[in-house]
Amino acid sequence: MGEPLLKIDNLESYYGPIMAIRGVSLEVNEGQIVTVLGANGAGKTTLMKTICGVMDPEKGTVKLNGQEIQGQDPDFSVRHGIVQVPEGREIFPLMSVEDNLRMGAFTRKDRSNIAADIEMVYGYFPILKERAQQDAGTLSGGQQQMLAIGRGLMAKPKIMLLDEPSLGLSPLLTKEIFAIVKRLNKEQKVTMLVVEQNAKIALDTAHYGYVMELGRIVMGGPAEKLRESKDIQEFYLGQRSEGERAQRRWKNRKTWR
Amino acid sequence: MDLLQLLISGLANGCVYGLIGLGFVLIYKATESVNFAQGDMMMLGAFITLGLTNQSYVGLPFWLAVILAIVIMGILGYLLEVVFIRPMFGQSQIAVVILTIAIGFVARFVAGLIWGHEPQSLENPFVGKDVGFGGLVLGLDEVVIIGTTLALTGGLYLFFAYTRIGLAMQAASQNQLAAYYMGIPVKRIHSLVWALAGALAAIAGVLFASKGAIDPSTGLLGIKAFAAAIIGGFGSLPGALLGGLVVGLIEPLSSRYVAAGVSQIMPYLMLLLVLILRPHGLLSQVKAKKV
Ligand SMILES: Nc1ncnc2c1ncn2[C@@H]1O[C@H](COP(=O)(O)OP(=O)(O)OP(=O)(O)O)[C@@H](O)[C@H]1O
Ligand SMILES: [Mg+2]
Repeated sequence: MGEPLLKIDNLESYYGPIMAIRGVSLEVNEGQIVTVLGANGAGKTTLMKTICGVMDPEKGTVKLNGQEIQGQDPDFSVRHGIVQVPEGREIFPLMSVEDNLRMGAFTRKDRSNIAADIEMVYGYFPILKERAQQDAGTLSGGQQQMLAIGRGLMAKPKIMLLDEPSLGLSPLLTKEIFAIVKRLNKEQKVTMLVVEQNAKIALDTAHYGYVMELGRIVMGGPAEKLRESKDIQEFYLGQRSEGERAQRRWKNRKTWR
Repeated sequence: MDLLQLLISGLANGCVYGLIGLGFVLIYKATESVNFAQGDMMMLGAFITLGLTNQSYVGLPFWLAVILAIVIMGILGYLLEVVFIRPMFGQSQIAVVILTIAIGFVARFVAGLIWGHEPQSLENPFVGKDVGFGGLVLGLDEVVIIGTTLALTGGLYLFFAYTRIGLAMQAASQNQLAAYYMGIPVKRIHSLVWALAGALAAIAGVLFASKGAIDPSTGLLGIKAFAAAIIGGFGSLPGALLGGLVVGLIEPLSSRYVAAGVSQIMPYLMLLLVLILRPHGLLSQVKAKKV
């Protein structure tokens, strides 16, 4: 295997004096779906912001195809193939669905292909086609998530960063969204880095996973390995093996530090 | 007929308020701070045109002077943003507002130095000419003002609805963070919005000066245009225009039917009334964000 598409080394980011990510390293190979699991406040969103350039890291490197891109403005990262589908959708509420999609293609030079790609997005999310001329702010939460993903696709990314796509969605819709993520990965060859709290669906979809805690990566491995791990089962999948004492948790927890 | 002429003249005044108001709202929507120098930028635009075209100064052809003034004010707006406003990014809104007030003072001072404090008239092809519309005689200047405003409004609408940069300006004003995420160069967009506001100010200035004399304090008219924009709904471009028109009409009507002095305070009375009854203005653009 060659160089990973995205390689992050020892990344540190701060909010003022608060260190939100503390030396994160991870890799995403081309064609993969990689997930980062972690509780609230673990620093997942901060990691995503630092990768795409909305935040500048204090230390460490972000390499895309071997080229260092940390500290660049987001328009640079988007032009070079990293696009973020942000936490909470962040659509443009007073613009039509179609104009939202157009804004996703803002950095593209091949303007003539944009109309075809809008149709491609509608192919994955037919409901967006129905609502094409409606203000995006009037869409339901789930439809807004579809729009956010579609808008990201319009940038023709090599890698898409999805920050908690399941946030606020019903279990059924979450499944649908992840099924589409999987299809996009296969059919459109978009590499995916997905941040999630819903570990089950994330690990069922991803090839590889990392666990983040308090700004650090504490565990990483192929998705099927993580699914089998007791820690993950207890803390993220909500299962507890019968007959075990509660304190077992604390013992096991140590294994990931 | 007399009343109709009064209305037309009020409408023409209202167009000028509306155009200044558009500048206020453009910058407010993009950057969420108010540029209190907008009126002074209008004054500068008027004086630059006057300086370029009047025989006592450079004496260029009128239209050439207008185009140059629009370009110069556009560049000035762009530079103001880059040099003064952008470094204030992250500071409180109040700091930015005070800065724009200071820019206004400087603009008045500089205009006074160059062109003096005596009122002067812009030499223009419309002054003193009339056009007849089936018995109705209108000043050519008023017709030009109203026509220009209509054309500009249409042009701006097309610009914001269909061009890539216009859409990006909308996007950046609706959700700045998302605009960043999509790779829209938000800072450059802000500079361009200031450039657009500067160019609009120049046009408003030329229109205003084609009706009467100007002096360096003419820009204080901006305060009235600001009130008008709030009446119309500060977050909305059509609202800014509508507010300008309402104030432009209210002034002559109130001095005719109420008392001569009343027209001075009517815009502000209206402002109070609107703020009490419709706090977001006549055409408000407030929509909640989901989840
Ligand atoms: N703008 C900010 N200013 C100061 N601290 C912040 C800011 N944003 C996040 N933090 C802090 O940084 C840490 C990491 O936050 P982050 O948003 O990255 O977490 P997260 O893993 O995405 O959480 P969630 O799952 O709730 O979205 C938290 O402790 C948070 O309080
Ligand atoms: Mg988060």
